[in-house]
Amino acid sequence: MDISNYLYLSAILFTIGIAGVLIRRNAIIVFMSIELMLNAANLAFVTFSRTNGGLDGQVASFFTMVIAACEVVVGLAIIVTIYRTRRSASVDDASLLKR
Amino acid sequence: MNNTNLIGLLIALPLFSAGLLLLLGKAANSWGHIFATLISISTFVIGLLEFLAMHKRANENRALTDHLFEWVHVGGLQVDAALLLDQLSIAFVLLITGVGSLIHIYSIAYMEHDHDRRRFFAYLNLFIAAMLLLVLGNSYLNLYVGWEGVGLASYLLIGFWNQRPAYATAARKAFIANRVGDVGLSLAIMIAFTQFGSVTFDGVKAGIPHASSAAILGLGAMLLLAATGKSAQFPLQSWLGDAMAGPTPVSALIHAATMVTAGVYLIVRSNFVFDASSIARTLVVIVGVITLLFGAIIGTAKDDIKKALAASTMSQIGYMVLASGLGPIGYAFAIMHLLTHGFFKAGMFLGAGSVMHGTNDQVDMRKFGNLRKYMPITAITFGLGYLAILGVPPFAGFYSKDKIIATAFNTTGTTGVIIGLAALLGAGITAFYMTRVIVMTFAGKARWEDEVHPHESPALMWIPMAILAIGSISAGFLLSWGGALVNWLAPVVNSTHLAENKDRISPILLTLITLGVVLFGVIWAVIKYREVPESAPEKVSIFTRAARKDLYQDAFNEAVLMKPGNQLVLTVDEIDQKVVDGAVNGVGKMVSGLSFGIRKIQNGYVRSYALVMSVGLLMLLLAVWLVKL
Repeated sequence: MDISNYLYLSAILFTIGIAGVLIRRNAIIVFMSIELMLNAANLAFVTFSRTNGGLDGQVASFFTMVIAACEVVVGLAIIVTIYRTRRSASVDDASLLKR
Repeated sequence: MNNTNLIGLLIALPLFSAGLLLLLGKAANSWGHIFATLISISTFVIGLLEFLAMHKRANENRALTDHLFEWVHVGGLQVDAALLLDQLSIAFVLLITGVGSLIHIYSIAYMEHDHDRRRFFAYLNLFIAAMLLLVLGNSYLNLYVGWEGVGLASYLLIGFWNQRPAYATAARKAFIANRVGDVGLSLAIMIAFTQFGSVTFDGVKAGIPHASSAAILGLGAMLLLAATGKSAQFPLQSWLGDAMAGPTPVSALIHAATMVTAGVYLIVRSNFVFDASSIARTLVVIVGVITLLFGAIIGTAKDDIKKALAASTMSQIGYMVLASGLGPIGYAFAIMHLLTHGFFKAGMFLGAGSVMHGTNDQVDMRKFGNLRKYMPITAITFGLGYLAILGVPPFAGFYSKDKIIATAFNTTGTTGVIIGLAALLGAGITAFYMTRVIVMTFAGKARWEDEVHPHESPALMWIPMAILAIGSISAGFLLSWGGALVNWLAPVVNSTHLAENKDRISPILLTLITLGVVLFGVIWAVIKYREVPESAPEKVSIFTRAARKDLYQDAFNEAVLMKPGNQLVLTVDEIDQKVVDGAVNGVGKMVSGLSFGIRKIQNGYVRSYALVMSVGLLMLLLAVWLVKL
């Protein structure tokens, strides 16, 4: 199977992620889109690792997963707190710092 | 006893006392005046000891130098704080501390009812200390410190009653007029440094023969400018009349012992400069002649007894400056007149203070009259000072003023005749206005107001007056006994250097002529002021009107110096507001406007930040791709 198909898939997933971050207001969806972009990058890493026969790409993708897990913990905690105080999970409502 | 160490003590004692009295504040109120007076008397005793010790030494060993500490050592400029006590300094030290002490004693009684007497005495001591530093410094820079100190002390004392705005203004006027002169002195110091690499008297003296005549002339002219400021000479004389705002003992101190004598001291101390430049000497003579006539004319029209005496001081200092422009022998006569003037003018000022003391601080002579009956001691001491200033033999002024007139006459060429006649005329006018003062104050009918009860002053006031009166009688005779002062000063000013000029007129004839002129002035004044109207007559000649206005010197200063100065300041202020402030404020406004615009980018929407970031990333990738292509 042609290696470039994996890369196309990765690019498509990344684009969907970007579109999700830019278009959706719900913080949870934005969060999921970010995860999608991270995994698109992971897919690219693994693909290149396979092509070159090294293990570096695989190691990098493990790091990404660990960081993504940490991010989920902190990010979800923030989103939940914001929701509790403001009764809204919209990212546009959380713009208090500009004032 | 080590005499050198005592020189520093001369300055340190009154300075310490002034500082102590000012720092202690009210705690020193009860004993401050006694303490300050004792300090002043002790400096006089030290001065006397120094004088006796100096007298015993041989002529060439008389000058002492006390090296205090290294002061300014920068590159080529090496100045040490050092004191020089020589024949000229000691004469001043004795005058300053002696007359100063008498004035201290007098002030104890005169200022008795002033709640700020302690502060007054602190300033008096400061004045004495500054003046002693002025005459004891061994370089122009050391002298300058004392010079400024004298300016400060005179400012503080003239404005002592500064709750009266007019008095505070008078103090500022004196200070500013003095500043103009100070510029002259600082320029002179700079010229001395660039030309001779030294600012000590010895260093400048040693450099004079090698200097260009232009440099010497510049130095002399700047020193003369300095002297005109401090000594109230033309064209900087206008502050002296207003300086009468201070308490009367201050006027006595300023006019007799300190301050105005500083200019004469500076010229005489710099005799080597003026000896080397005949143009500078001519300038000195011109200033002296103008001032002696100027002061005398102003004196004839003043109804304020203190202002009349102030004008008289101006005129007498004019004589001294004239004398110091007449070459080596003139310096000695200038100092002689300065010393005798110190006695009789201090005596007369204290007498004026005594008159004011007895008449509820009245100064208008039209409100006096017949006071001799009620204040006999004041009248007698004042009268003795009067005879001395007129130059009636054998009183002090006769020995000093006649010598100056004779020296002026004996100058070569027509100049001698002109300045001689001017000096003679000045003597006549002096006789006129002093007689006017005496007649209006002590003779004639009583003209004071009903609530005034003239009375003689207490002993603390008349004893100093009596001592000064004795000085007015004897000082001239003692100082010229066998040429005492001339020989004494010879090592400093070269005064025994024989004048090449022959006597134009025989001395006896000249004395008779002078006495004739003086007598004429006296008789004229007696006739004219037999009747004194209670208010100054309105219909007077244009000369009297001009004299009442100080010969329009204030108006001149205002029109020529003050108004353009004001205009300049206003213009500069305008430029500062519009151009400088405009530029600074403009930059500020621009930055703040810019940031106002940029601030809008920070809208707080996370998604717009993400968009900007994505677009940026995309553009970056595109750029990389294009480059690779």
